[in-house]
Amino acid sequence: MPSTAPLTHAEIERIRDDFAILQTSVNGHPLAYLDSGATSQKPRQVLDAERAFYEARNSAVHRGAHTLAAYATEEFEDARSTVARFVGARAHEIVWTSNATEGINLVAYALSNASTAGEEYARFALAAGDEILVTELEHHANLIPWQQLAQRTGATLRYIPLLDDGSLDLANLDGLVTEHTRVVAFSHVSNVLGTVNPVALLVERAHAVGALVVLDACQSVPHLPVDFRALDVDFAVFSGHKMLAPTGIGVLYGRAGLLDALPPFLTGGSMITTVTMESAQFLPAPQRFEAGTQRVSQAIALAAAADYLSAIGMHRVAAHGAAASKRLLDGLAGIEGVRVLGAHGERVGLASFDVEGVHAHDVGQFLDDRGIAVRVGHHCAQPLHRRLGLTASTRASASIYTTDAEIDLFLGALAEVRPFFGVTS
Amino acid sequence: MSDLQGLYQQLILDHSKSPHGRALLENPSASSHQVNPTCGDEVTVSIRVSGGVIHSLGWEGHGCAISQSSASFLATLIEDRTVVDARELLEEFRTALRSRGTVELDEERFGDAIALNGVSRYVARVKCAMLSWVALERALDDLD
Repeated sequence: MPSTAPLTHAEIERIRDDFAILQTSVNGHPLAYLDSGATSQKPRQVLDAERAFYEARNSAVHRGAHTLAAYATEEFEDARSTVARFVGARAHEIVWTSNATEGINLVAYALSNASTAGEEYARFALAAGDEILVTELEHHANLIPWQQLAQRTGATLRYIPLLDDGSLDLANLDGLVTEHTRVVAFSHVSNVLGTVNPVALLVERAHAVGALVVLDACQSVPHLPVDFRALDVDFAVFSGHKMLAPTGIGVLYGRAGLLDALPPFLTGGSMITTVTMESAQFLPAPQRFEAGTQRVSQAIALAAAADYLSAIGMHRVAAHGAAASKRLLDGLAGIEGVRVLGAHGERVGLASFDVEGVHAHDVGQFLDDRGIAVRVGHHCAQPLHRRLGLTASTRASASIYTTDAEIDLFLGALAEVRPFFGVTS
Repeated sequence: MSDLQGLYQQLILDHSKSPHGRALLENPSASSHQVNPTCGDEVTVSIRVSGGVIHSLGWEGHGCAISQSSASFLATLIEDRTVVDARELLEEFRTALRSRGTVELDEERFGDAIALNGVSRYVARVKCAMLSWVALERALDDLD
């Protein structure tokens, strides 16, 4: 049974020693980085892994026969196995992408290509009368690709609406998931609300009507133990840069067999078997979806990040997030004029809120003056904000290196915001 | 005065709470709607122009204290100016705001709006201050 104890103060301090940037100052104050939901900081072990690859083994993978190329290929594929294990997948179910956005687009364009291809891909073809279902709380990355796919194929985009508290309104789920539904795409954890969506229920309904499930796991994989096979989703995506890895690397998970049955999205070198002047035969997944030179060092760094998190233990990472969430929510509840967005219940260490009478940009500016970094704006979720009667909000988000003291510093500064801007209740 | 008080001068807070010109004109000569995609702030500026003179400017929008006060200052500054002068004022404003603190707004030209001088050192906020001014620029373009 893995430990589920939250991280101790001493453990967090040891973790922080691995993150040089956390020792820096901003505007004359020690940095209090509460924007890990946007992008996490990177530990030395991850940066060292990338550097070590370039200094000792750098060469082209999956081509060339010299020794260095063999080492590089082996390390690249080992990284795939490591990341696969981290999310309960098998190596050939893991496709490298630039980020989660590219992963979702890859699926949407593969379905799009299937819709204009012949019989071979007919089971994935979308047309008028078919439906794609999303939710009203999606990040734009899990909305716009589906809007575009619907436009290209004539399919209809529908969505699960939100209740006033930001949770999914499941009352009409039977009316939304029907025999017309072909794709159900939703986020595991909302990037704005930090709340965990009912994956099991949505997967069960989707599969009951034969629809494919696409899970946006950007905000869950860095913070919770996640097992894609146990969740029974068909596709899932996440980004490395939100889980201690560099930018430029992400993952598309596809259920075994499914990826091999889809037509490719990007085509070119490294994804083929036989090429003539007229046509080409494609490799099975994952190479089928990895045309061109890959992000080798970033994939290796992502594996190092997964190892770093695994060494702590994802159950403990989750417990740390839950503790951070509680401290944030309890503190925010005590500040006059602050409204937290989203329902209570299962959450990661992330909270967005509205400060009555003060625009989010001004809140963020005030906090930045104290060295406190938060996210302000619509967090790439305009429909969600519109539903909650807002155009923007402020978001504080934690990671494994976030201390109670940083959260308290943030809460103390936030309590001064409305007085500073002369807002009285 | 702290850096933050330098940015949020009292005039900015006052104008953002009780802004001038905050109502769209009926039958405007031109208008323009601008959005700041990073935060979702938006503003619509409408103007009535005849004989090469901007007789009135009205705006509507929502956003931070910087964007709201800047639109308010714009409304007080622009009325009864010629289109040519308004465009010059706009360029002077843009130059100062983009100067990273090296060029200040001329008090004789800008009056209370010099309270926005502090914004130019906050690169991420320059867009907030520029939003209504860019809307005016587009509206003037539509006249041509």
